[in-house]
Amino acid sequence: MTKVRTLILRGPGTNCDAETAFAFQRAGADVTSAHINQLIRREVPLSDYQIFVITGGFTYGDDISAGKVLANELKLKLGQDIRSFIDRGGLILGICNGFQVLVKAGFLPGGDGREQPITLSTNDSGRFECRWVYLKVNESSPCIFTEGIDRMYLPVANGEGKVVTGGKALPDSSIVLTYSDQYGNNDPGYPDDPSGSEGHIAGICDASGRIFALMPHPERHIRGTQHPRWTREGVGKDGDGLPVFLNAVKWAKGI
Amino acid sequence: MHRVEVRLKKHQPDARGLGLVKDIHDLGITSVSYVRVADIYWLDAELTRDQLELICSRLLADPVTQEYWYGESLHLEGEIGPNQHSIEVAYNAGVTDPIEATIRKALNDLGVTGVRAIKTARRYLIDGRLDISQLEAISSKLLVNPIIQHTVSDEPSGFPENPRYRFVRKEIELNQAVQQFGFSDDELKAITAYFLKQGRNPTDAEMETLAQTWSEHCVHKTFKARIRLGEKTIDNLIKNTIIKATRELEKPWCLSVFADNAGVIDFDGRQALCFKVETHNHPSAIEPYGGAATGIGGVVRDPLGTGLGARPILNTDVFCFAPPDFPYEKLPQGVLHPRRIFKGVRAGVADYGNRLGIPTLNGAVLFDERYVANPLVYCGTLGIMPREYSNRGQQQPGDLVVVVGGRTGRDGIHGVTFASEQLTQESSATSLSAVQIGNPIVEKKVIDTLLQARDRHLYSRITDCGGGGLSSAIGEMGADTGVKVYLDKVPLKYAGLSYSEIWISESQERMLLAVPPECIEELMAIFASEDVEAVIIGEFTDDHRLQLFYQGNLVCDLEMEFLHQGIPQVERVADWQQPSHAEPDFDCPQDLGEALLKILGTWNVCSKEWVIRQYDHEVQGANVLKPLVGKDNNGPGDAAIIRPILDSDKGAIVSCGINPRYGEIDPYWMAASAIDEALRQIISVGGNLSRVALLDNFCWGNVQQPDILGALVRAAQACYDMAIVYETPFISGKDSLYNEFEDEGKVISIPHTLLISAISVMDDVNRAVSMDFKKPGNLIYIVGTTWNEMGGSEYLRLYHLTGNSVPRVRPHQAKWLMERLATATAKGLVRACHDCSEGGIGVAVAEMAFAGGLGALVHLKHVPLGEPVDRDDFILFSESNSRFLVEVAPEDEEQFIEVMKEGVNLASIGQVSDSETLEIYGLDGKPVLEQKISELKEAWQKPIRW
Repeated sequence: MTKVRTLILRGPGTNCDAETAFAFQRAGADVTSAHINQLIRREVPLSDYQIFVITGGFTYGDDISAGKVLANELKLKLGQDIRSFIDRGGLILGICNGFQVLVKAGFLPGGDGREQPITLSTNDSGRFECRWVYLKVNESSPCIFTEGIDRMYLPVANGEGKVVTGGKALPDSSIVLTYSDQYGNNDPGYPDDPSGSEGHIAGICDASGRIFALMPHPERHIRGTQHPRWTREGVGKDGDGLPVFLNAVKWAKGI
Repeated sequence: MHRVEVRLKKHQPDARGLGLVKDIHDLGITSVSYVRVADIYWLDAELTRDQLELICSRLLADPVTQEYWYGESLHLEGEIGPNQHSIEVAYNAGVTDPIEATIRKALNDLGVTGVRAIKTARRYLIDGRLDISQLEAISSKLLVNPIIQHTVSDEPSGFPENPRYRFVRKEIELNQAVQQFGFSDDELKAITAYFLKQGRNPTDAEMETLAQTWSEHCVHKTFKARIRLGEKTIDNLIKNTIIKATRELEKPWCLSVFADNAGVIDFDGRQALCFKVETHNHPSAIEPYGGAATGIGGVVRDPLGTGLGARPILNTDVFCFAPPDFPYEKLPQGVLHPRRIFKGVRAGVADYGNRLGIPTLNGAVLFDERYVANPLVYCGTLGIMPREYSNRGQQQPGDLVVVVGGRTGRDGIHGVTFASEQLTQESSATSLSAVQIGNPIVEKKVIDTLLQARDRHLYSRITDCGGGGLSSAIGEMGADTGVKVYLDKVPLKYAGLSYSEIWISESQERMLLAVPPECIEELMAIFASEDVEAVIIGEFTDDHRLQLFYQGNLVCDLEMEFLHQGIPQVERVADWQQPSHAEPDFDCPQDLGEALLKILGTWNVCSKEWVIRQYDHEVQGANVLKPLVGKDNNGPGDAAIIRPILDSDKGAIVSCGINPRYGEIDPYWMAASAIDEALRQIISVGGNLSRVALLDNFCWGNVQQPDILGALVRAAQACYDMAIVYETPFISGKDSLYNEFEDEGKVISIPHTLLISAISVMDDVNRAVSMDFKKPGNLIYIVGTTWNEMGGSEYLRLYHLTGNSVPRVRPHQAKWLMERLATATAKGLVRACHDCSEGGIGVAVAEMAFAGGLGALVHLKHVPLGEPVDRDDFILFSESNSRFLVEVAPEDEEQFIEVMKEGVNLASIGQVSDSETLEIYGLDGKPVLEQKISELKEAWQKPIRW
């Protein structure tokens, strides 16, 4: 059987491509990492892949605002390719900087992509926050990536992870992940919600559930020894993030 | 000229502004209620209204949270009320602001072309009743660093171009060379003799080359000097101590030591680890953010430029500052406040390291008033590469010299001429020093592409451009062949650089390659493919000469032999007398709780979580033991463990030891203690001594003073003695000397500061142990001997005392003990382990307790002593080396003792409890301390909760 083909976007300042590739490989996918210039030059056609991933990092230094410059570049130079990739039923995953890019390019939360209804803004603390967070999955979300997942414990590492909707709240179905405290309570304060996100949102998807982005890093919790307390609570084989990749690969097999 | 101002919409909280309000309150100015920060962009271009609208709405402002104004003048919105103040801050000319290049690229993407120049600035809108002097204080203490910034008051009319450079070959009269280049008499004699033989005067480029190549920074003349200490003469200190240990130990796993930009050891037979720590002290003192950022940027290029290139996988940082509560009125003239230096350095390291995607996993922050004018910023990088790339490459004559990455500007050159710093004036030339902010994305792109080129074998040799710029890098690379360089081919940031400036510029993010001609096309295609600039600037020859050309003119022609071997050996006199400090004259307090709370709250001991969480320590997904551990993920871990190859169980452990306070008593024991501490941390987390390599980083004062040099000799001697016994070779190191500052005739010299960094290979990361107590009922063992060693301790420092009984190291016993403990841990018999360092048993047990969220009961009378100690406080807070607190489950006790008992001093001194209280009982069995762990933790967390 042919393996699911995953394309991981590299660009100036992406820096999570290797561990994201490792996560997809563990989940059984065939992974290619390609530089954005290779996509723009059409050396690597997006149409050859079933999963497209924009990983974490600081693309173009996050100058002006996080992910902004890459968002414009994708939209202006690869907008058509991405649209037809989506129309063909492909999956898109944005992690951290990838979330910021997808939102600022208008691919999330969905719609025609001309408007940018939400944004990711500076954390309320004003600081870069590297810490582990408890996440709850919205049961009514159509998200492919989180199917069968109830809760996750993952690290965040960002300075601009605060979801701001500008008055119009997101439809409930597009909310995939929210921050909670360790007991699963829904109204966490800082630092359980490290950014101060509206509705404590940590991840969203489009109406089809095939475009998913989140601030926390599932690729950083693939195995038990990545858990911050494995030395006291015991070590599991897999980490909470692995099912996200397994779900994607399983679904993409059906495309 | 268009000015765009972007600001958060009114109802959006301004996190940057809120942080500033806190900082302003810290200055004692409490009338400020709110600050908003606006980003300003100056675009020098003819733009239509539609274009400006496009630029603002699609690029510069966020449609959800921000609003924008554009126009041609300053202060567009007339909303400055009586209690509102506006300060606008811009970079000086010559400061490279990386955002400008990004905006240019983004404007191109939007289809906007013809933009001549872009400048950014920041505007602070401050709400509150302030007088002029308060505004001036806010501006000078928080917002503006005159080295790189100025406040903008007028409207700019255009950005003046730098004056062009017109070539003139400059010769130097030998008798003027002393003042200009700072050569010693002996050096000048050698130079004069050389040029007399040549029958001509040197050019400025030749003198610059010699000055750089013969500098302390490049050639380490003090460490190679002939030093007389009493009756003894040491011919080349480093060869007779640090390097000697490595040679004698002859470890087969040392693959490349003291031969390259970093040291290399074998990791698993297929891969090699490469480790280097550097300092960037002076640049961080004058411009903390940029200085520290380029410090991390520089050290990352060391592994990248070692062998045929290693991929960076971990960063470390160690900072030494004056205390953050240092009184403003005591601050020497022209010196930034330590709190500002601390914050700037932290931000610089974080912003650069995070952007490179390298986790910062280990480090320390220390405080002493004498670092006020000379803060120390140590940055380290660990890299990994296939073993076959671990040795330095060798170019052939005919190979091309290729410079890759950043462009060359006047960075690091002092007193240079620039177009006016003020945006408003025409290009009046002014003299200022150029400080670089650093551009991590350029460096990231260089790393990404270089490693592709390495794996396709497209270059024969690589090195980085660091101190001394091209002059050091190319001079060294061409030493055994000869090289011709065409300086006019070097890509420049701006016009106006002379050939000498190009040659010695220390601009960041540059790497140098030697490339066989048949590979050049493929190599250049890789760089071009990812928009990395690479240019051929010369070729290697076989004439053993360094020849520089500018527009066809020969401007430097030196024999390599003279350049590299011609420096006369320095002769120095050293002297060292053990100082005598006052001994403690107070009685042991009845309750030691207060002392423990105070020690936990000292700047040195307290939690550094505020720093650690602003570094991405998770990127690359490799870490196994994080810097923060325990029940709430915020206890102080001992060493970091990573899994460099994601599908292997083999690990790398990184730790460090540093303790300048002991050096005030005896630098020998300071160095020995630092080595012991670095090794203890490795043992604590489950490592062993079988493959540990060390790095030394000496930061010292003026070594022309015999006593300061004597201290250096003693410390180096200890490095040899300890390395030999522990069998832990040094693989690389660096020194930064002359860290002193003159303030109104008084010289402030830093304490002798030696940082020891250690790297170790761990066979199975699944055996890692963290320091937090795990389970009530488990036993607490102390492993190792406690002596009456209060000298230099945190406890005596509470009483403003230093004492004389500095902690010693008994390396033979210590090594045996560490090996036994490593065996016990490998067998899974250790539930938690923490080494005793600052604050001794008291701090160690408190940290284990609150990190585990559990209480503990400890009996000091069971603590094994090396000599009679009759005071509870001394037993609790002695900082004797080679000691560990170990948590053992009752069911494992028998086996633990079986493994440990032979030749190891150890005792069960208590147990873990579920009471959430730390209870300590004294020699007479009576309680001496009872504290809630929540109170202990609060004392430890509070100081740097910024």
